[in-house]
Amino acid sequence: MPDDITQRVIDLIAKSKNISPDTITPASTFEELTIDSLDIVNLSFEVEETFGITIADDSLNSLRTVGDVVSRVHQLQSAQKVST
Amino acid sequence: MQRVVITGLGCMTAIGSNPDELWQAVESGTSGLRDLADRDPILKFKAAGQIPALDLSQLSNTQLQTGDRCSHLALLAARQAAAHSQLTQHHALDKIAIILGCSTNGRHAEEPEVARVYTENARVKPLTIPRSMASNGASQVAIDQQITGPTFTVSTACASGAHAIGLAFHMVRSGMVTAALAGAHESPLTRAFLRAWDSMRVVSPTACRPFSQDRDGMSLAEGSAVLTLETLASARARNAPIFAEILGFGMSADAHHITQPHPGGAAQAMLAALSDAAQTLHATDQPGTMQSLLESINYLNAHATATATNDAVEAAAIHQVFGPRAPHIPVSGTKGLHGHAIGASSAIETLITALALHHHRLPFTAGTTTADPALNLDVILNSPRTLPPDAPITALTNALAFGGLNAVLCLRSITK
Repeated sequence: MPDDITQRVIDLIAKSKNISPDTITPASTFEELTIDSLDIVNLSFEVEETFGITIADDSLNSLRTVGDVVSRVHQLQSAQKVST
Repeated sequence: MQRVVITGLGCMTAIGSNPDELWQAVESGTSGLRDLADRDPILKFKAAGQIPALDLSQLSNTQLQTGDRCSHLALLAARQAAAHSQLTQHHALDKIAIILGCSTNGRHAEEPEVARVYTENARVKPLTIPRSMASNGASQVAIDQQITGPTFTVSTACASGAHAIGLAFHMVRSGMVTAALAGAHESPLTRAFLRAWDSMRVVSPTACRPFSQDRDGMSLAEGSAVLTLETLASARARNAPIFAEILGFGMSADAHHITQPHPGGAAQAMLAALSDAAQTLHATDQPGTMQSLLESINYLNAHATATATNDAVEAAAIHQVFGPRAPHIPVSGTKGLHGHAIGASSAIETLITALALHHHRLPFTAGTTTADPALNLDVILNSPRTLPPDAPITALTNALAFGGLNAVLCLRSITK
């Protein structure tokens, strides 16, 4: 059972790509999901809005999988908690 | 120089989501002007040419996300026109042009985002950028059809479609390409844009009545129309259905006013279209001159927005060009059917003109019962006018845009 953040990321991707969330796992790669560079920009916006975080421009290129996005959300949320 | 013919048609309009449906409505005079869905009560007008229950299920998720409704209308019409003519099976993909007209794209994408910026200081979705590109529709059609030839969007307000078709015609005639998808698309029925049109005081509180004595304004609409143009030689070689031939294209600027039309500009564009048609005839060893064309025009599809000024100015221009013949040339305006789809109107009207020439039936001016006698024109009213199948029809279709940008096409029926 995916954690809440993983499930919400999967749901965002499913909605954006109009595919079933059941076909998406943390191991799914962007390539497998046909997520291109424009999709990544769009997804990053949705992720930022959903989780109240800011993903730096220069870090987008390192995202390759759904799990990468989830990890980044965890990381940025933890950093926010520390700084507050 | 090549002769250029229309071999494919596609459209999405308030009176039909394909050319057959549209032609039935033209024949019967069934108007697509209806009360706006979810109408803003502030508006002084109710009716518009809105496409009922637009079916976007044939479009991909990427097309839905990266294009505005305006571009979706282009995609659907272009698919019909390409399929109709089996375009990509008969022409090299790099020898097909895509020239589309569009006055403003991205309204549906932009307006909610802009509202949130000003009311909530919100961030703006990134896809707003590609979705609001004026050229989004042309790009979407190229990707959809895998066509790699010259592709661009023309934006000349209400003349965009005629400019696009005219430029595509010249490109095929010159041999630059062997075929083209040409037309226009527009989806302007958005909350803020409708309010702006309301403020312009040019929209009829009821429904538009072109050339009517009691005309009181235009009716807005959304829509698209795309034509397949190709050389007569290629069409005949594969026995393609030919709807009409394009003989000439003329354009001009009034250089007068940003909204008020001037008869001189419209007349100049009509004469330029006839002169261009004469060049086509001369270069392709066909009989005819500018003078004979002036004498043979026997249908005029007018811009006819149904504002008091536009129709009077257009009538004055017709008189200026044709002199004593002007009151005897059958004229109709079809915006009482499909509404004024801004940049797409002249593409829809060129499509209607092509079908009129194909069927030898001249559309009537739906919505109008009595023509304004002051205009002194032979306005076709009440029912279509049938011409004998062996009688050639040479037609002009006028597009006279805000800002004084004019584009006129000269079409001729194909002798069976």
